[in-house]
Amino acid sequence: MNEHQQTLFEFMQQQADKLGVQTLQHIGLTFISLLIAVIIGLPLGIYITRQKKISGLVLGIAGVLQTIPSIALLGFMIPVLGIGAKPAIVALLLYALLPIIRNTYTGITGVNPAVKEAAIAMGLNKWQVLFKVELPLAMPVILAGIRTATVINVGVATLASYIAAGGLGEFIFGGISLNNTNMILAGAIPAALLAILFDFLLSRLQRLNFKKIRGAVKAAPVLLVLLACLYFIPSAYGSKLTAGFTPEFMGRQDGNLGLVSKYGLKIHTIVINDAVMYKAAQEKELDVISGYSTDGRLKAYDLVVLDDDKKIFPPYYAAPIVREDALKNFPELEKTLNLLSGLITDSVMTDLNYRTDYLHQTPERVAKDFLQSKNLLKPDKGGKNGIVRIGSKIFGEQYILASIYAMLIKGYTDYDVATKTGLGGTKICFDALTNNQIDFYPEYTGTGLLAILQAPTQTVTRLQASKDSTYNYVQRQFQEKYKIKWLKPIGFNNAYALMMRQKQANELNIKTISDLKRYLEIK
Amino acid sequence: MIKVENLVKSFGTVKAVDNISFEVNDGENMVLLGTSGCGKTTLLKMLNRLIEPDSGSITINNENINAQPAEDLRRNMGYVLQNNGLFPHYTVAQNIAVVPSLLKWDKAKTLSRVDELIQKLHLSKDHLDAYPHELSGGQQQRVGLARALAANPPVLLMDEPFGALDNVTRSKIHDEFKALDELKRKTIIMVTHDVQEAFELADRIALMDNGRIVQTGTPTELLFNPVNDFVRGFLQHQRLQLELRAVKLANIWDYLPTGGRKINTSLIPATAGVWEALKNFKFFPRETINLLNQQNREVKSVTFDELMSAYSQFKIQQPHE
Ligand SMILES: Nc1ncnc2c1ncn2[C@@H]1O[C@H](COP(=O)(O)OP(=O)(O)OP(=O)(O)O)[C@@H](O)[C@H]1O
Ligand SMILES: [Mg+2]
Repeated sequence: MNEHQQTLFEFMQQQADKLGVQTLQHIGLTFISLLIAVIIGLPLGIYITRQKKISGLVLGIAGVLQTIPSIALLGFMIPVLGIGAKPAIVALLLYALLPIIRNTYTGITGVNPAVKEAAIAMGLNKWQVLFKVELPLAMPVILAGIRTATVINVGVATLASYIAAGGLGEFIFGGISLNNTNMILAGAIPAALLAILFDFLLSRLQRLNFKKIRGAVKAAPVLLVLLACLYFIPSAYGSKLTAGFTPEFMGRQDGNLGLVSKYGLKIHTIVINDAVMYKAAQEKELDVISGYSTDGRLKAYDLVVLDDDKKIFPPYYAAPIVREDALKNFPELEKTLNLLSGLITDSVMTDLNYRTDYLHQTPERVAKDFLQSKNLLKPDKGGKNGIVRIGSKIFGEQYILASIYAMLIKGYTDYDVATKTGLGGTKICFDALTNNQIDFYPEYTGTGLLAILQAPTQTVTRLQASKDSTYNYVQRQFQEKYKIKWLKPIGFNNAYALMMRQKQANELNIKTISDLKRYLEIK
Repeated sequence: MIKVENLVKSFGTVKAVDNISFEVNDGENMVLLGTSGCGKTTLLKMLNRLIEPDSGSITINNENINAQPAEDLRRNMGYVLQNNGLFPHYTVAQNIAVVPSLLKWDKAKTLSRVDELIQKLHLSKDHLDAYPHELSGGQQQRVGLARALAANPPVLLMDEPFGALDNVTRSKIHDEFKALDELKRKTIIMVTHDVQEAFELADRIALMDNGRIVQTGTPTELLFNPVNDFVRGFLQHQRLQLELRAVKLANIWDYLPTGGRKINTSLIPATAGVWEALKNFKFFPRETINLLNQQNREVKSVTFDELMSAYSQFKIQQPHE
């Protein structure tokens, strides 16, 4: 937006509201889960000092919980607890449990047995021994555990944004997806400061003498509860439907910003990770999500794409792009690749993706079945007239397209084929093409426009008006700049899209984004 | 009166206490003496139910100790631990007040009791707010003893209370211990492996070996009527000193010459041991010390030679090996 490079400070100022909310949420999440972890972990830790036989088991389980990768743990939670605060808190508390249980256990078992025996010999009953002797003496160790748990929680809480529980992770992961360093830092620096601050405060607490500050110790739980409550302050919403958008989508002009400015869409929005978004939509945790229009999960979860009637999402039509000298070397190539032109519509592509992603069929099998259904499959000619090198990026759709092209070339020409699939992202693939390491790969018009040509904003806005203009623009530019030719589009448009559950969309009679807006505005 | 009958306690294959019976009279100081590992601590801990016996019974004033809740039993029984076991997070004052506070004494009563004990045990008031680690070993032992005495329990159990001290400090505390009026009324069971200490402080000694009591008796009985070679051997090393401690002036009174030249006015009671009397000699020519027999109010002034000769005449009369 701004021409001059925005500084971190400016960004933070501009986003002060969001930053405040996220920080409060972050502190809240950290302490709610910590509070519950203490409520569970402390008695459990004490209990296993009395039941030594099960101590190994309990500590073992807590240890295993700790080793589950955070994202995976969050993923497991969704079917059970849905998205939002609940699963995030549960996941955080599971991580916090081990240090608290373990330190309670070691703290209490570490109390000098002579002191404990003296306490019993003086006539303290078992509760008095616990509260007057064991807990006070174990307190520094227990606090060290709580301290560890707090720092872990501040860190893991950044991942809460993956499942729409808010926190500073919204900035961090949004910034990563958008390649916006200021945004990353605006989340990461406060998160790091929180960790350092809490660590410092708890280390002070740890060193205090407990006999002298009884009152303070009693105030601690109250303080903990107050901090935990922070989480709930920002959550006063009221909207008929709930949208879940990826951090990347949130920050893009051709994403949520456009939805707000062009459509005037006002919907309660939470930020969520792509990996769990579709599932959350199916589970009715979310009603509207941002996604890709040919994603196999559309079909898997019975979702429907809303028509972008105001054309804010730039088209991402797929077409093979080929180096011009390769077209000269392999005269048959262009004709053969164009066999596919116009054949794969959005729904066809969605179906093919569904087969690889959800039915786990191999890309080759899916390609073969598809060609067969179109009567395009011909036996391998065993061509010896040179080798065409096909590239593909590292996701399912590209593998399928590469397989289809390989079969077409083998069946229709005298060339042999070498596939170089899984070439990472756009940049790697495109560099391989310009450096004559591959001859062609399937690319998307939007990617060509934004990622490769890095067209100025005005151009992008102008081109959005019509479907073909983008294609024509990139075709011209690639020819001039790189001597690379865009062949005819394959047909489908793998663009950003808003989607809803089929059933709900039908019930509410929502077909376009404008329909959605109107529905939301009805009181 | 404490009565222990057929007490047995094993740890796995180790018979720590193997069928022990004995009695301790009210106001008596009974010392459990024996080498390391013979089961003294185990026996002592069964008395306040820190350890439950496998079999056997313990009664205090004819009431089985299991008849009341263990906590109540313990609050009426002072306990001094082998390695003091003070609460490191309590001040000296709080440590001493542990049992009174369990018994819900009011503040003023507790405070005055703590003050009283501090004085009696020769601790300074400055120590009241100190933590145990700020005290010397001897001071810690005193606080441990004060804590055990705080609620004025009729029975006191002590597990090597002076074990960790150097000889000088120990004999100083021994003297204080003997002089402490509070202890005179109490039934005390004290554990030690130090023969000297046992002879110094005991009314009666139970000599233990391998989980059993080999002989119970007064120091003199152990010395002069040992039941077997073990007892004899156990006392052999310090025999002379033990005998001089065990034999009281009253025992040899009849062998001491009457009259004698009185050169000062200090009087040694006949209840003291010969050892005590010998310590009073300053060793100059023709020196005498004055001994007082309280029973017939007779005073004898004797020289060193006269005292030693009376002692050897007494010994010849004893049944001897
Ligand atoms: N809790 C226990 N578990 C297993 N064995 C024990 C236990 N307590 C004591 N014993 C064993 O019982 C025996 C007697 O121990 P006890 O502590 O009563 O000896 P002690 O006479 O007090 O020795 P010391 O003079 O060294 O304190 C020893 O062999 C000891 O190893
Ligand atoms: Mg012992």
